[in-house]
Amino acid sequence: MKVGVVGVGHGKFGRRSDATVQELAFEAFRVALEDVNNLERKDIDAVIIGSSPEYHKQRSLPGVITEYIGMNDKPTWLTEAACASSSAALRSAYMAIKSGIHDTVLVLGVQKMTELNTAEIQSLMGRVGDVQWESIYGITFPGYYALYANKHMATHGTTSEQLAKVAVKSHHYGAQNPYALFQKEITIERALSSPMVAHPLRMFDCCANADGAVALLLTKDKLAKKYHDTPVWIEGLGSASAPISVLRRPDMTSIPSAVAAGKDAYKMARVKPKDIHVADVHDCFTIAEIIAYEDLGFCKPGKGGKFIEDKESYIGGKIPVNVDGGLKSKGHPVGATGASQTTEIVKQLRGDCGKRQVKGADVGLTHNVGGIGQYCFVHIYKR
Amino acid sequence: MPFKYFGKINYTPYTKVSKFADELHKGKLMGSKCKNCGEKTFPPRADCLKCLSGDFEFVKVKSTGTLVTFTTINSAPTGFEDMTPYTLGLVDLDGGGRLLSWFENTKFEDIKIGMKVKVIPRIFEEVEEIKLYYALEKA
Repeated sequence: MKVGVVGVGHGKFGRRSDATVQELAFEAFRVALEDVNNLERKDIDAVIIGSSPEYHKQRSLPGVITEYIGMNDKPTWLTEAACASSSAALRSAYMAIKSGIHDTVLVLGVQKMTELNTAEIQSLMGRVGDVQWESIYGITFPGYYALYANKHMATHGTTSEQLAKVAVKSHHYGAQNPYALFQKEITIERALSSPMVAHPLRMFDCCANADGAVALLLTKDKLAKKYHDTPVWIEGLGSASAPISVLRRPDMTSIPSAVAAGKDAYKMARVKPKDIHVADVHDCFTIAEIIAYEDLGFCKPGKGGKFIEDKESYIGGKIPVNVDGGLKSKGHPVGATGASQTTEIVKQLRGDCGKRQVKGADVGLTHNVGGIGQYCFVHIYKR
Repeated sequence: MPFKYFGKINYTPYTKVSKFADELHKGKLMGSKCKNCGEKTFPPRADCLKCLSGDFEFVKVKSTGTLVTFTTINSAPTGFEDMTPYTLGLVDLDGGGRLLSWFENTKFEDIKIGMKVKVIPRIFEEVEEIKLYYALEKA
């Protein structure tokens, strides 16, 4: 049995002081229902929420959302894997369908972050590291990736200019994506002169906190064609964990969980990195995208800087990456990000991306990292 | 000395390795050694990753090491805003183990990956309640 994505619904990302978390979820759900044919609420067997609950004032999210979208009394639960929460939800949905327990499952990635101020978010996000031995020194989430960046630079000669080029690419494509928080091109000079957040990462090296929701409808092969003309099949799933603490990471130039998750996903889908036509990777920071090129085998270890330098991740290059603008331009509502990546790949494989379309894209990949890499989910899709 | 005194802000007051704070107060940097298999760890941990034993003792660790990588924090989390900018270093200790801490009495220009550093037990002096930590300096 194959499992496919038949419906996608992407809500508006940004500072959404106009909506509660369940209202954000409803927006995305409505769009996903408009995306499918012959599929109504009664046909959905379960609701899996992907979210990082600690940002919300509302507790017990699956309860409040499932009630608000009118899905009682269908089963519902939460998957949490920090910034990869909705990729974890997609993995759960795949398992639920594949096992035969459910036929059709709604995955809802949702996050409301801006009820907290920046220092509170820095504190909360910094505490996705080890609080006993690391957070006590005031390390932040950008700080963790900055440790990676300086090490990558010292080991492989990666430069600040190369980091800035990732940001320039993100904004170039973000400018063409109506769902992006920042729909504006930037210059390399502007990126390189933006304020320092955590040396060597500047403001334009960092994605922005945001609110938002994305809904995905998954079903089994027998039903898929009834709901959508072009189902996108989930052909490979890889997931792995790594020590949460940087004190127990052997290498500070690679995310070991991403390497392992990638290998498993490639094996299951029976493809190689060179077979990927379009990818959405977890660029919470510019350095994270460069490391992702390497961890996923798009280029050799240490050559990620050159990969962006040579524009290999642009449309027309070896493997177009984040041509939706990535987390960097779309904004990063942590629980919604994985489902947002899946939405982009589904639309690319359907051929629905207009100016940003990667021509003839048949095989796509998403790479969603949770925290500093304590979790990683890689999914491979085919049409 | 309860563990709550370790760190500018302590998030984990209760731990099986609480005695670490007592030793740090006396100026000693301690790791753990598994009484069953002899595995040494820094930071200390109560439960052996290798043989799963929960029987451990504290042992002194070398307080010199090599800088693996570093960063300077400009945008700080709640409770650290008064310190910015501060430079954090990730250090491989000479006798094994790794730690994260901030630099003191060291110029930013002098901080280079691969440099030798020393780890120094410290007490915050300016606060009412005692707060212990260890700091990094250029060796």
